[in-house]
Amino acid sequence: MTLFEDPAYASRMLTLLTLSFHIIYATIGVGVPLMIMIAQWIGIKNNDNHYLLMARRWAKGFVVTVAVGVVTGTIIGLQLSLLWPSFMELAGNIIAMPLFMEVFAFFFEAIFLGIYLYTWDRFDNPKKHLLLLIPVAVGGGMSAYFITVVNSFMNSPAGFDIIDGELVNANPLLAMFTVSMPTKVAHVVSTAYMTIAFMFAAIAAFRLLQKKNQEYHKKSLHMAMKIGLIFAVATALIGDLSGKYLAAYQPEKLAAAEWHFETTTEAPLVMWGVLGEDNEAKYALHVPYALSILAHGLPNSEVIGLEEFPADEQPPLVIHYFFDTMVTIGMFMIALSLLYWFGMRRKWAFVEKTWYRWLIVAGGPLSFLAIEAGWWMAEVGRQPWILRGLMTIEDAATTSDYVGWMFVLFAVLYFILGVGTVVVLSYMFRKNPVEKDLEHMQGGESS
Amino acid sequence: MILEIVGISVLWLFLFGYIIVGSIDYGAGFFNAYSIVTGKQHILSKIIQRYLSPVWEVTNVFFVFFFVGIVGFFPQSAYYFGTILLIPGSLALILLAIRGSYYAFESYGKQGHKGYAIMYGLSGLLIPASLSIVLTISEGGFVFMEDGNPVLDYSALFYSPLTWSIVVLSIAAVLYISAVFLTWYANETGDKDATNLMRKYALSWSVPLIIAASGIIVELYFHNETHFENLLSLWWMFAISFVLWISTVVLIWKRRNYGTAFWLLTGQFAFAFFGYGVAHYPYLLYPLVSIHEGFTNPAMAISLIVVFILGMALLIPSLYLLLKLFLFDKNYIKGKK
Repeated sequence: MTLFEDPAYASRMLTLLTLSFHIIYATIGVGVPLMIMIAQWIGIKNNDNHYLLMARRWAKGFVVTVAVGVVTGTIIGLQLSLLWPSFMELAGNIIAMPLFMEVFAFFFEAIFLGIYLYTWDRFDNPKKHLLLLIPVAVGGGMSAYFITVVNSFMNSPAGFDIIDGELVNANPLLAMFTVSMPTKVAHVVSTAYMTIAFMFAAIAAFRLLQKKNQEYHKKSLHMAMKIGLIFAVATALIGDLSGKYLAAYQPEKLAAAEWHFETTTEAPLVMWGVLGEDNEAKYALHVPYALSILAHGLPNSEVIGLEEFPADEQPPLVIHYFFDTMVTIGMFMIALSLLYWFGMRRKWAFVEKTWYRWLIVAGGPLSFLAIEAGWWMAEVGRQPWILRGLMTIEDAATTSDYVGWMFVLFAVLYFILGVGTVVVLSYMFRKNPVEKDLEHMQGGESS
Repeated sequence: MILEIVGISVLWLFLFGYIIVGSIDYGAGFFNAYSIVTGKQHILSKIIQRYLSPVWEVTNVFFVFFFVGIVGFFPQSAYYFGTILLIPGSLALILLAIRGSYYAFESYGKQGHKGYAIMYGLSGLLIPASLSIVLTISEGGFVFMEDGNPVLDYSALFYSPLTWSIVVLSIAAVLYISAVFLTWYANETGDKDATNLMRKYALSWSVPLIIAASGIIVELYFHNETHFENLLSLWWMFAISFVLWISTVVLIWKRRNYGTAFWLLTGQFAFAFFGYGVAHYPYLLYPLVSIHEGFTNPAMAISLIVVFILGMALLIPSLYLLLKLFLFDKNYIKGKK
């Protein structure tokens, strides 16, 4: 098997595995503090115990996912050097600064999270306790920002010159502010907020289907759907700008994602479908002019096709499926939350029907799937480059043996961590149902 | 010239920080597991819950800071160490994962599963052991070049007495540092049983520690003579370290000033660790990577140092707040809040 023979292939697979697992916890880490903050703020402002309890219960579960996220984050941090030593040698010279800053941001976040979690009842003024969340949310956002900066650099390297194979004129600041950075960072942060909002909406909808505490979960569902809608719309707008970025700076990625082989004007958008012989898209929906609009904002503009790139520099065509999965789920979530919001205002009965609730429940895992698909599209779509145009995956990978075995080892570890998270969280919340926590709060006791 | 010294000093300082805070964490886990096995349960588990849980993520950051920092300041080391450490590094990561998940799943979720607590305790010894192998490798003689790529000679590493001496030292150091700290902490909480137990552990690990440390200096004479001679020329640092060791042991023996004893211990390790580090200069990996040739470009170095200073300006007040609330708050540590 290639996994046990080719270190470069095994390194790719192990990085894929680690990142696909870590991104779940990282997304939770970025998104949940904001949600807790909003809930606690509403709770304090309206003096509503339900919202205060939401903040408290979410924070309790967050502790578990943060701890696992720290583990997976440490793993990917070190694995970068273990699996891609040549890349990290180059990266160390030019893009080390955001990595370094990320550690500080996380440090800052970890300190205040520790304080926040262990001081629920240590402040007489609850607003002071709420203030502790600001550094947590800011730290989480900054972590996402710095790491995405590094990923942007890999897509659009800048801030240095290569002369005779030597890296010269390094400018670490220019390397941080590359052309792909604004759209990438905005996309990552906004999807994290969107996904977490829909995750909480899914949980609330599921509890309502189980006929659990109606008032509490209805409030939770309503709040989460509204926040989700805002960030889903924001994500779509940013996604459109990402398309324009790709068309201008990484046209091969857009072309591969869209199965756009020949450079044409008035390019149609190929949606879904299956790739047949001779690169013919079967069963696909062709939306006229849409690719030209996505790429340049005008229906008659020219979109570069894949034919203009040498065969060994073309990204794999499979990214079309990742791209479509991401976009389809995004559109579905906008429709779902928009209908819900309108429906609640206009008192349309169907938004509170069982089948609609089940759709909301499905929205949680689907949003996570969209995040995964988005990252697969971004990373696989950069193939064969690790640093676009400068260093290939093959040149960057480790030369050590046994990478395949490490893959097996980490696969087992992630399986245990994943199952452990689910088991512990469900145990934790089954042991402390909302009703019990509410009684505690109304009785003036602290749990 | 001056920049790389600043860089390595910053990293070495963080590694030192990790050794102290990490040892407290690792040792506590081991003592906890040991007391479960010997039936003295719950003497320590409360302390671990109240002190270690809020700060372990912070402890972990010291480690991440070191390996991210070394890639930035000395990118060449990322290539050499990254290539040769695939297996030891991955194993250390798995052990760290066991540890982190214990905090995630046990202290917050269900109450104590015995087997898990024992694994958590054992990981506390195995992590320092596996990480200390990096120090052994850095002494040179275990890495050879093949087709222009560095390769680690596993059997030479396994059969070298130096490897095992450093492993023993790392374990003894973890248990000693942790025991001294927990003696102090237990005493602050007013828990007499725990104080006496930890004091006993502190005293019993003090002697193995100093024997292991002296043993390594002898091993180095056979393994890496340059490093040995550099160590000897810094004899005064090790002498100070030895005096501090005696003072710590005396204070603990007399059951006085546990707090001072811990700070003396920190001093003891600081002198020994920096003495060792200075003697290692200029090599990160004998004789392949030195801090001069492996150094990053000046623009990156200056940016990193600026970021470091700004970061510290942000972190020191926050750390102070954390310590004030959890470590030095009389009501909190006594379990009243």
